[in-house]
Amino acid sequence: MSKFVYVSVLLGCLAGTAWLEFFLRTRVYQRTWRLILTIFPIVLIFSAWDAYAISQGHWTFDERYITGITTVANIPIDEILFFIVIPICAILSFEAVRSARGWKAGDEGES
Amino acid sequence: MTYTQLALISVAITIVLDLWVFRTKHLTRRLFWVSYSIVIFFQLVTNGILTGFGIVEYDGAAIIGSSTPETNSPQFIGDGRLFFAPIEDLLFGFSLVVLSLIFWVALGRSGIQRNPVSGPPRRSVWKLLGIKQ
Repeated sequence: MSKFVYVSVLLGCLAGTAWLEFFLRTRVYQRTWRLILTIFPIVLIFSAWDAYAISQGHWTFDERYITGITTVANIPIDEILFFIVIPICAILSFEAVRSARGWKAGDEGES
Repeated sequence: MTYTQLALISVAITIVLDLWVFRTKHLTRRLFWVSYSIVIFFQLVTNGILTGFGIVEYDGAAIIGSSTPETNSPQFIGDGRLFFAPIEDLLFGFSLVVLSLIFWVALGRSGIQRNPVSGPPRRSVWKLLGIKQ
């Protein structure tokens, strides 16, 4: 089970922010298409960075704690999930603050 | 290039994208800084788990601090680390979070699912916090 330690941390992040969607009506998951379009370039950009860092040995992963499933350029799937989960959590937090305080983000449109 | 150099470059690029390319101007907004201060707290906690238990280990040649030790945890604070994580991770996290918010807001601004907008919070939230609405 220790193989799922990294992924469990990510699940914890998702679980820890999921309530915002309901109680603060962040409507992030509800705007699924916009969320997907946001995350897609993030995954590309940060996977490229990850691939380079892994190839140069900047960081390594303890194989006991990751799933062992590897994607392109030796990037563990756990890392790809990281680049999906963290943006979701960040956007949920951002929209939660906006919901609670009503501050502007610049995408409100006219009127 | 080292992780330190790449992290600094990524922050510079992110700032340019936010202020002058996408003009989302998150870095000038209270909404961003309040959100980010919440995010960074949880980032330190979760990243502290990943780095403190050695799930992710770093090469001293790539960071300001020294390599993640073989057996025990890296330093909690000091030796180029904060909450076990190399301080470069804060820059990496900044770029990841800000870039996500740039894309999110730029898409909304261009009319992609701008609606339904967020809020208002459910009344139960305020009740729980003891705030009168």
